[in-house]
Amino acid sequence: MAAAPFLNGCDMALLDPAGPIGAEEKSIIILATCLMLIVVVPVIAMIFLFAWRYRASNKAATFKPDWDHSSKIELAVWGIPCVIIAVLAYVTWVSSHTLEPSRELVADKKAVEVEVVSMDWKWLFIYPELNIASVNELAFPAGTPVHFKLTSATVMNSFFIPRLGSQIYTMPGMETKLSLLADAAGDFDGLSANYSGGGFSDMHFVAHAMTDDAFAQWVEKARAGEGKLTMAKYRDLAKPSEKDPVSYYAEVEPTLYHDILNKCSDGSTCMDAAVSLAMAKEVAGGDLQLCNPAKPRG
Amino acid sequence: MFGKLTLEAIPYHEPIIMGAVAMMVLGGAALFAGITFFRLWGPLWSKWLTSVDHKNIGIMYIILALVMLLRGFADAVMMRTQQAMASTGAAGPLPPEHFDQIFTAHGVIMIFFMAMPFMVGLMNIVVPLQIGARDVAFPYLNNLSFWLTASGALLINISLAVGEFARTGWLAYPPLSELQYSPGVGVDYYLWALQISGVGTLLAGVNMITTILKMRAPGMTLMRMPIFTWTTLCSNMLIVAAFPILTATLAMLSLDRYLGMHFFTNDGGGNAMMYVNLIWAWGHPEVYILVLPAFGIFSEVISTFSSKKLFGYTSMVYATVCITVLSFIVWLHHFFTMGAGANVNAFFGISTMIISIPTGAKIFNWLFTMYRGRVQFTVPVLWTLGFMVTFVIGGMTGVLMAVPAADFVLHNSLFLIAHFHNVIIGGVLFGYLAGFTYWFPKAFGFKLNETLGKVSFWCWLVGFYLAFMPLYALGLMGMTRRMNHVDNVVWHNYLLVAALGAAVIACGIGAFVLQILVSVLNRKALRDLTGDPWNGRTLEWATSSPPAFYNFAVDPVVTSRDAFWEQKQTTGAGLQPLPAYGKIHMPHNTGTGVILGGFIAVLGFALIWHIWWLAVAAFAAAVAVGIGHTFNENRDYYVPSETVAETEGKYFKQLTSQV
Repeated sequence: MAAAPFLNGCDMALLDPAGPIGAEEKSIIILATCLMLIVVVPVIAMIFLFAWRYRASNKAATFKPDWDHSSKIELAVWGIPCVIIAVLAYVTWVSSHTLEPSRELVADKKAVEVEVVSMDWKWLFIYPELNIASVNELAFPAGTPVHFKLTSATVMNSFFIPRLGSQIYTMPGMETKLSLLADAAGDFDGLSANYSGGGFSDMHFVAHAMTDDAFAQWVEKARAGEGKLTMAKYRDLAKPSEKDPVSYYAEVEPTLYHDILNKCSDGSTCMDAAVSLAMAKEVAGGDLQLCNPAKPRG
Repeated sequence: MFGKLTLEAIPYHEPIIMGAVAMMVLGGAALFAGITFFRLWGPLWSKWLTSVDHKNIGIMYIILALVMLLRGFADAVMMRTQQAMASTGAAGPLPPEHFDQIFTAHGVIMIFFMAMPFMVGLMNIVVPLQIGARDVAFPYLNNLSFWLTASGALLINISLAVGEFARTGWLAYPPLSELQYSPGVGVDYYLWALQISGVGTLLAGVNMITTILKMRAPGMTLMRMPIFTWTTLCSNMLIVAAFPILTATLAMLSLDRYLGMHFFTNDGGGNAMMYVNLIWAWGHPEVYILVLPAFGIFSEVISTFSSKKLFGYTSMVYATVCITVLSFIVWLHHFFTMGAGANVNAFFGISTMIISIPTGAKIFNWLFTMYRGRVQFTVPVLWTLGFMVTFVIGGMTGVLMAVPAADFVLHNSLFLIAHFHNVIIGGVLFGYLAGFTYWFPKAFGFKLNETLGKVSFWCWLVGFYLAFMPLYALGLMGMTRRMNHVDNVVWHNYLLVAALGAAVIACGIGAFVLQILVSVLNRKALRDLTGDPWNGRTLEWATSSPPAFYNFAVDPVVTSRDAFWEQKQTTGAGLQPLPAYGKIHMPHNTGTGVILGGFIAVLGFALIWHIWWLAVAAFAAAVAVGIGHTFNENRDYYVPSETVAETEGKYFKQLTSQV
């Protein structure tokens, strides 16, 4: 055990990115760290230097007990950090926009759409265009942007594949978006990065970036899976469980993701329907008074 | 009759918990027996529990903080052990339902019941002395604040033996903390413990602000206040502004859980992200509430032990005020990954990094205070130097995570855990321990053993780096927080090093406890008779150690910053006997605070277990006691001038006979 390596570049998932998002984030981490080291290294050196040079036993050092102000020093200690933070702020502004998770990556190949649902305690991946679904395994072609739409069936989680870059929260009743891309084929660990209860620690999955052929085969494998993911089957799947094995569904109830997002997978009124109904009543002058900025009440 | 409470609530089948409970019960019984045997109940009641003397209340706060430090650290040791043992595929000793309570309790205890009482305790002891006051503005309220904090702490400790604690993480994000996903009493313990202690903190904040603004010695203008008083003022302003947000947020979660409302639930139009916003609108200022007073302590320590004026006093004050204001517009950096959009993320990222400018200026000001000074490497100075190096690193990783694009991969990882321990241990805790050592002789009249203090410092420093540097690396490897088990040999090695670090910190805590014991035994040799053991600069050193209950026999008059230092420069000596003394106006002790605190603890317990009749009875009793106190008109008295003369005379006699 002791012979196992301690520091190995390949173990540092964030410093060994496998896609453009991760790569840019890595370079921002390095750039920001270097910018700050411009101040941090001299400060640490000065701490040791000043403490040693002006130790009480060193009577040779200058002693000025009443010296407590220098405009030049003040200017430097406020000014230099201001300049560095200004540069960093610029980097922050630009990178916040270029790396905004919902911004869709564009490549030569058409993007793959995946709808992600975090459940207690497993991941459901729905491929709406292919009409298949998988649990605890994600696959997509390498070199192709993957556009994720994410929500949660229960509590909040965070969808994260460290070597590909950005994570994003999955939240019940809300949808987040994320766009990732893997440069080449490979298997990457994915996990929930937000504690979600008892089975949280086993809430991981493998993300397979594949060649186009391998992905086509994977889709076939999924189509040979457990039949259709109907609402009834989904409700069964939604029961809390841990360490679920990988499974595939050959077909998916078309409204499934919509119903999970709108909290009506149990057959109750969907949130979006409830809202439009209420709006309609308001427009029609019904007795249900919702606040509608387009039609202020008198 | 007993609501949800049955005998099943006691976890008999959990050997680890029952062991801890047995230790608590035995310890409590031994304490009870000891107090009874030495007939100390009377003095304990009249001199301590009912005391309105800010110094005694401060000491009680710090005792509470140190006890809770041991409890919170025991949790830390269990977490480190679990992760080290369960990182190669094994299950480890703690199942998730227990482990999840431990990391929640660790965070809650360390922030609310260790750091907060430690800070309020130091402020209580020091600030009235530093500004030349006889007590705080509202002495009874001060006592009540303490007992409310103690009631909250009591509830948390009861949760160990009766029922369970929350398994939600220290901020109890819904919907996980809602009834649907956390049906047990754990979250209710969390809610009521924090609500009760939170009210105590808010009252303490009001008290301290009033004290500083209204009770300063004649001549002490705002810009002549010692820096610790300034940082205390700003910190308490933040308390008064931020704690109501916490109270309201937790109240809404309570309404969801108790009355079926839908503020943060998944259904009925609730929105959990509203809670996340609100809790951090309190939570981020909270970080500065804790660290500003620590900055104040470092300023006092570095100036005193460099025998030099603080460099850049004015810029230090402005930096503190800047941080105070900015701390309210950065909260969203705790959840950039919520998907709020690029403009929002960039705004909060940039506002966060702007805070590093005034913070950096402070570091430079401490540096230039040492420059051309005569730095004595006493224990408080070691803590200060250890802080400066450690905090600079923690600040750097903090600014790094303020860049949203970097946070997208670092969020919730062990990198984050390493970062905030880097600033909270390296900044807050090192600061409070520096302050503890620095002001200990003022509170007790004798100094702490220097050697053991140094041993404690080095163990803490080395242990800290061993425990948390591997966590930075693990974060870069993609390990997320709050994992009960993983299966990764490389991570395992880093986790072993981190566990070793926790063991070294344990030695530091051991040395600290031993330091107190040894110093108490050697108190005669370590005695501080002059009241000014460090050649201090501010007014707390201008009176005896420990000070008489009225603090100053005559009101000090201030003509400049570093008032006591200037006084020593002109008169050449410290305390001098006076020919005559006046009478002194002082408050009476009162038992109302402790009784009220007791009823409120019962109220909290009854609400947690849905024992409604008891809740109604305890609430009615608390209200009755509170109203009853308003009829007590015998609240204050005058210490006759003869008593003052006698007390002072005794002190000076002792002083001359010893010197």
